[in-house]
Amino acid sequence: MHDAEADEFTGHDSKGQYFWVWGALLVLTAIEVVLGYKQMFEPVHMLELLLVLSIIKSALIIGYFMHLKFEKAIMRWMLVISVTGCFIIMYFFFFPDAGRVLRLGVH
Amino acid sequence: MADAALHHAAPHGLPGEYEAPLFGAYSKKVGMWLFLASDSLTFGALLFAFSYNRIYTTPWPTPFHVASITNATIMTACLLSSSLTMVMGVFAAQRGDRTWTRNWLLATMAFGTAFIVLHGMEWSKLIDEGLTIPWFLKLGAGASTGELAEVSKNTPQFSATFFGLTAMHMLHVTIGVIYLGVVAFRKWFLPVLGVIWIAGALLIPSTNVFHYPIHALGIALVVAAIILFLKPKDYDAQDVEVAGLYWHFVDLVWMFIFPLVYLMSTKIT
Repeated sequence: MHDAEADEFTGHDSKGQYFWVWGALLVLTAIEVVLGYKQMFEPVHMLELLLVLSIIKSALIIGYFMHLKFEKAIMRWMLVISVTGCFIIMYFFFFPDAGRVLRLGVH
Repeated sequence: MADAALHHAAPHGLPGEYEAPLFGAYSKKVGMWLFLASDSLTFGALLFAFSYNRIYTTPWPTPFHVASITNATIMTACLLSSSLTMVMGVFAAQRGDRTWTRNWLLATMAFGTAFIVLHGMEWSKLIDEGLTIPWFLKLGAGASTGELAEVSKNTPQFSATFFGLTAMHMLHVTIGVIYLGVVAFRKWFLPVLGVIWIAGALLIPSTNVFHYPIHALGIALVVAAIILFLKPKDYDAQDVEVAGLYWHFVDLVWMFIFPLVYLMSTKIT
């Protein structure tokens, strides 16, 4: 592959941004570990907080490392909407029942 | 990147030779994305099952001490670093630099292998402490008297979901390392895989949990050999990029397993 073609291939990329993303992921992981050590929240709030941090980390991985940010909009939205939709359906199947079990005190 | 890749794939002067792509990307990449979308639902179901059990089971066991959390944090750093080396490998492949493509893929495989070894050590430690799945207890195996034996008996949901989820992920990481090995070294990777399989089968004692699972490498050897026999091609930049998608997905899944499984079950004393 010629240099010009290689430039075209990765025209909107710079290696530096991937090091920044890697650093951000490590920092977010460190924050999660500190939260785990301190245990300053109730389990349910802790779960919510850790999930939010995980979603941010996954967005960075999908967007930059997996390069979805630079794909065509139709591919980006098709993947994000379909997978997110399936997760939302799973959520409504699982968690209302988990809450019902807790309220009834059945173990 | 996608448009440029297509530009390279289409032969000049032959308009209409190839059908226009649906999502502006070459078919291998779209295929891998669709596979990853379906695989994410598998892991999603397992993570939802774990979280469901975590919410309704009280008290939930907290078997992970400082040493376990430190180990899991190093494993996380290994996977994150492997994603960075994978990106560098894709860049090298797109430049047409074969030497550095192999070097970066080798570095990615090294991080992945470190993750598997650390995870295996963690599993062995937990099993030695008495953590086992209900199925083994019914068979009379794993009747340990360790610190976690009570957890296995009283809260089998924990061990079942923990081992189910992490085993599935460990399998994906192992497949990922082999996949990268085939892409980087092609047929030259097969003897290496064979040696690792035979050495593992001979050296891992029968009491160790990995005594039988090591034979998965033998199955992988056969599958990789068939693939290389049927299509003995020299893998190009697109193949490296598609392999990278799979590898980053493995990293992505761990970003949910680490906090949900480990950090939500810590016992800091």
